[in-house]
This record gives sequence, C-alpha cells and structure tokens, in this order.
Amino acid sequence: MTPQSPAGASVPSNDAGHPPLSFGHELPPEDSPAPSKGTIRVVQLYPRDMNIYGDWGNALVLAQRLRWHGYTPELLEYNVGDEFPAKVDLIVGGGGQDSGQLVIQDDLLSRESVLKELAENGTPMLVICGLYQLFGKFFKTRTGSVIPGIGILDVETHGTDQRLIGNVSVSSPEFGTVLGYENHSGQTTLGPGVSALGTAAKGTGNNSNDGQEGARYRNIVASYLHGSLLPKNPALADFLIRTAVERKYGSFSPGAPDDSYAILAREHAARRPR
Amino acid sequence: MFYFSVPLGKLVRRVSRLRGGGSALPGLVVEKIDPGFMRRTLSTLPHGVAVVSGTNGKTTTTKMVVELLESQGLKVFTNRTGSNFTRGVAAALLGEVDWRGRLTADVAVLELDEAHAVHFVNQVPPRYCLLLNVLRDQLDRFGEIDKTAQLLQHIASKTTGTVVLNREDPRVARIAETVHGPDVLYFGLDDSLLSTFPNDDELRAAPGSPVPPAPARPHADVVLRRVGAADADFEYDGVTATTAMKLRGVYNIFNAAAALTLARAIAVRDSVPGESAVADNEGLLKALSQVAPAFGRGESLVVDGLPLDLVLVKNPSGFRLGLKSFPAAGYATMIAINDNYADGRDMSWLWDVEFDTLREGGVDQLSGSRAYDMALRLQYDDVPIGAVNTEIAPALAAFISAAKDKPKRVFCTYTAMLAIRRELSKITTVEVVS
Repeated sequence: MTPQSPAGASVPSNDAGHPPLSFGHELPPEDSPAPSKGTIRVVQLYPRDMNIYGDWGNALVLAQRLRWHGYTPELLEYNVGDEFPAKVDLIVGGGGQDSGQLVIQDDLLSRESVLKELAENGTPMLVICGLYQLFGKFFKTRTGSVIPGIGILDVETHGTDQRLIGNVSVSSPEFGTVLGYENHSGQTTLGPGVSALGTAAKGTGNNSNDGQEGARYRNIVASYLHGSLLPKNPALADFLIRTAVERKYGSFSPGAPDDSYAILAREHAARRPR
Repeated sequence: MFYFSVPLGKLVRRVSRLRGGGSALPGLVVEKIDPGFMRRTLSTLPHGVAVVSGTNGKTTTTKMVVELLESQGLKVFTNRTGSNFTRGVAAALLGEVDWRGRLTADVAVLELDEAHAVHFVNQVPPRYCLLLNVLRDQLDRFGEIDKTAQLLQHIASKTTGTVVLNREDPRVARIAETVHGPDVLYFGLDDSLLSTFPNDDELRAAPGSPVPPAPARPHADVVLRRVGAADADFEYDGVTATTAMKLRGVYNIFNAAAALTLARAIAVRDSVPGESAVADNEGLLKALSQVAPAFGRGESLVVDGLPLDLVLVKNPSGFRLGLKSFPAAGYATMIAINDNYADGRDMSWLWDVEFDTLREGGVDQLSGSRAYDMALRLQYDDVPIGAVNTEIAPALAAFISAAKDKPKRVFCTYTAMLAIRRELSKITTVEVVS
C-alpha cells in the first residue's frame, strides 16, 4: 500500500541515484477553507499494471468531487504484493494489457475473499475493462485457456479476434445517458446474478450480440467504457460517492460541484462519430 | 526494360496535382498495376533503404537523418510530404523517378508509421532501420502497446544491415535479443537525463512506487550527455562534442542522437568502397546544428513581432514532454484538441497527462472538436481556463488579439495543427507543407 504523496512532498529517489521521477499522478493541492465533513478512503486497484486508458481520470474525479462535496479524499494504491488496506470506503480499478493482466492475476485471486466481503457488504466499486472481466467468473482466451476470475460478478468473458473500438452511448435506467469509449476484444455475457448497466444506443458494449453494456451488482458498477468514464458521467461518480459516504456516516450532504464543462463535454461527445 | 506503370503513375500524379487532390492516389494506381515498382526502384540504390519508425518523433528524426546525409554529399530520397504510408512512398517515388522509372539517389530514408512499415518491409527489406520508441499512441488503432512493439520487431527482423535501437526504451532495446545477423547499434542518454524521458512503464508508475531495476545497458554508439538552452553535448567514439542546436525540446535533441547514430552507420561505417566518404563527424555536427524543426514539432512562427510556438501533441508522453520542454511562464497558452481519425478518437489519453505546470498561469484559450473534454480535464487539475470555442479560426483570432503583448504557445493535435497553420498563413509566414 503506497499513500499518494501529498503535493510538494519529496519522493525518495530510486536506488540508481537518479532524480525522483516526477511523472506519476498527483492530486492537486487542497485549498478549501471549510472544515471537512468527513474522510473517505478510496483505493485504486493495481494502478501500476492496470491503468492503460486514462484510468487515473476515474480516481482523480472521485477524489476531487469528494472535495467539492466537502469531504476529504484519502487516495491509496493497492499494487501486487502490497498489504491490503483496512477500512476501505470505495474501490476503483481499471484496464490493462494482456501482460498487465498476467502480472496481477495471482495476486487478485489471493485477494478474492477480502474483495468479495467488501462487495457483499455494499462497498461501492467501479471496475473498468480488464478488472471488469477479472471480477467475473473467468476469461476464456481465443486459444481455449481459461483465466479464472474472482467470481464477484456473475459474468463470463470469451476472447475473440474482433476488436470492438469506438465511441459508445449507453442508456442506463439508473444514470441516464452514459458516454464513453470502448476498446476490447473480450466479449462478456451476463448471468442471472447481475443486471446490465444499460443498453448501448451507439457502439457495441459487452458483446456483439445482445446490445447490453456493463454490469450492476450491489454497489458495483462494471463497464467497458473508458473516456475516462467518470469525468463525463458525474451522475455515476456521485452515485459512488454518495453510497460511500452514506455507508460510513449515515447520510450524505452534497456540495455543488460546477458541472457546466461536463455538460458541454457530454453534448459535444454525443455528436461525435462512432 | 520499360514499364508502362511509371509514365501512367506520373500522369495520374500530374492530373491529381492539377485537381489539388491527395498525394496517395498515384501511389495507389502504380501499386495496383505494378506491385513490384517500389522494390525494383529502391533496390538500385547503392546505400539501400533506411526505415525510421516508432511512436514519437519520426518526422523530425527523418528530416535530421536526411540533412545529415546530405551534408556528407549523399543524394537522399525521402517521403518529405509526411505521407508515411506505403502508398505515400510509392507516390513520392513517382515524383522523383524519370519516365523510365530510374531514381537518381544514393540512399532512401523513409519515415513509416509502425503498421505500414510492416507492409513496406515485407515488400522492400531495408538495409537499415531506426526504431525510436514505443509509447501509448492511438491505441485505438493498434490495440495494445505490446502489439506496437511486435510491429517494430518485425521491421528489425526484415532488416539486412544495421538495426539502430533506443537503449533507454526497454520495449525497443529488447528487440536486440531477436536480431540475428544484422549489426545492432544503440543511441542512449546520460544517466542524468534518464528521468526526463520516462518510458511507458514509468509513466504509469505513481510517485514513490519502485522503479523496476534497470538492466545492464549496452554501449551506445551516440550518447546525449547534456542539453543546454541552445546547445547540446553528444558523445561518440570516446569524445564529447558540444554543438549549437536550432531544435528545441529535449525529446527533439534525443532524436538528434538517434539521427546521428543512423547517419554515422550509413555515411561513415558503410561508405561505398572506392568513394571518398570518410568519417566527417565535424560535418555531421555542423549539419545537425542547422536542422530546423519539422512542421509543427516545436516550430516557432512570428505573430505581431513576438514568437508563437506550435507544439504537436498526440499522446500522453508527447504532451507531458511538451509541457516539460516548453515551460509556461511568460507565455500565453492555447490548447486545441481534435478527435478526427488522424488524431485518435479516444479522449482517455488526456487523463494520463498532468497539467499542474499550467496551474499558475492558466490556459487562455481552448479549441478543437473536443475543447470541452480538455476544459473538463483542466478543471479537475484546478487549472484556470479563459475562453472555450470549438471552432479553431475564431478561437485562434481571439487568442492572438487577447495576448497581443505576450509570446504565445499553442499545444495542438495533428488535424488541429493543420487548421491552425492554415489560419496563421493568412497573417504570417508559414512554411508550406504539400
């Protein structure tokens, strides 16, 4: 577990004596004068190996919107071999290349029980693309080998040689229109234990057959959409935040984030070609 | 032997030029009716063919290699129009050959997009290849970064003479293990500069997370030792030479080390027997100091008597390096993000870039079809935003008039840059790119 370094804090240089890398992601400094309504611990799953299409954007949006709602985010990373953090309020995980998925596979399986317990208890989670697949029952590759998932979601994924790429617009009963961008060759089918996030109005979604996109189970939102997903879908971000705050403090008193750029970005994104 | 394909292709080229049409059509025509045209024509060159590929810096590096070789008295054929697809090469060849299909050149230096390079080397095995880097660029086109590395490896596998590799990019350096037969040369960085050039894995690593142990690094033919404000130190043959540089941006200067390595391989190491080409390192360095940036790669124009820098950004690492190479202080800043096919449609990459260096001065103007995606990105990094207008022409005009007394910098994606140059050419001198 590696705490996100506070802004301005020095990062230890590595063994080779090189100056510290300054390219990692950092939260902007906190500058709110108002007292915090509470602290929410957000854990990013495997950001080192599973962060290929702007997955940092989802973690950043959760942290910044927590601030804009008057809460203090505590953003932690969980990478392969780390000790799993205690008292987790919110989990976010992203996609990776095949090589990244191989690196985390064993570690993820070793964390199956703790993640399952958190999921069953109602901890809000967002899992995108690769971690969506691995939160399911299995991923069967094109060559027939089966990569086991941790089975939190009643879904199964089959590798194909067709890559589904492009802008996606999803119509979701809970969150309205969800906008994003898909890029995957695994095709996922939902079992009876989960519902879809929504139906794809533009783009493909889970697979090229049933028009469904993503999965919902308890407070887990699973999706193939990058974009990053949360910046242009503040309703989804605020669902995760509200759920985390209500579980920890009993009630959520929202602030008033300025979503005018998000609204305009959604309007323009919706008009772009597939 | 006389091939009808050549006069026909040249004719199509003339007609399509008259119509103001695209540069690839004549290439398509000649490819269809005479698939052997390119291989046959290029195989006659005494120094053969050199292919330059990789994610970032192909255009500038190719331009440098060409100018370095010309300084050594070689006549170089290149795909100057930036049409880095196979058809573009065929079209450029048609413009250079005579009506009998003969090409008067000593060597061809070709910039090729990774995926198209694979098709090209299957038709024309190059004598040299220069592989620059593998970074996340337009993954929506190629799928995954490891796939991109495989494309570069394929180029190396078809190369007959010398493979030049970036020692500091693990995915590129690793290609050496698969090269059997050709020589392998590296270009590299001084340890003190390594942190300036994060590779893709380091880009993803957060602060404080351990950097994977560096493998033992092989000897590099050319090492970039130091980058100054207007000069740089390169080490080769055991000596360090300082040279003035017109190029700006540390990544351009690192590509100069790449270009120097390839040019030395072609002109110095493999001089044609009986000819007078000998090691003229001084001439190479002098030529390097004269190289001006390629179209949009740190290009500086003059508007209202003050500089306006155009910085092309097309992937997270390029954007980060651009922000690092061109500090914001004292400059008015505009960012223009389009999402046309050539730019990449997926906007996720903006979230892999940190914009904290723009926080203090803010961004004066945003534009492009995804201006509001950029605005949203800046909002989440607490960067103040001036005006937003998705239309490039009025946005650029507003930016220029609002920042009349300040030097200006525009970060833009590929098609946004084309639009901006078109607008700027109405008010200042802009090099014409056909």
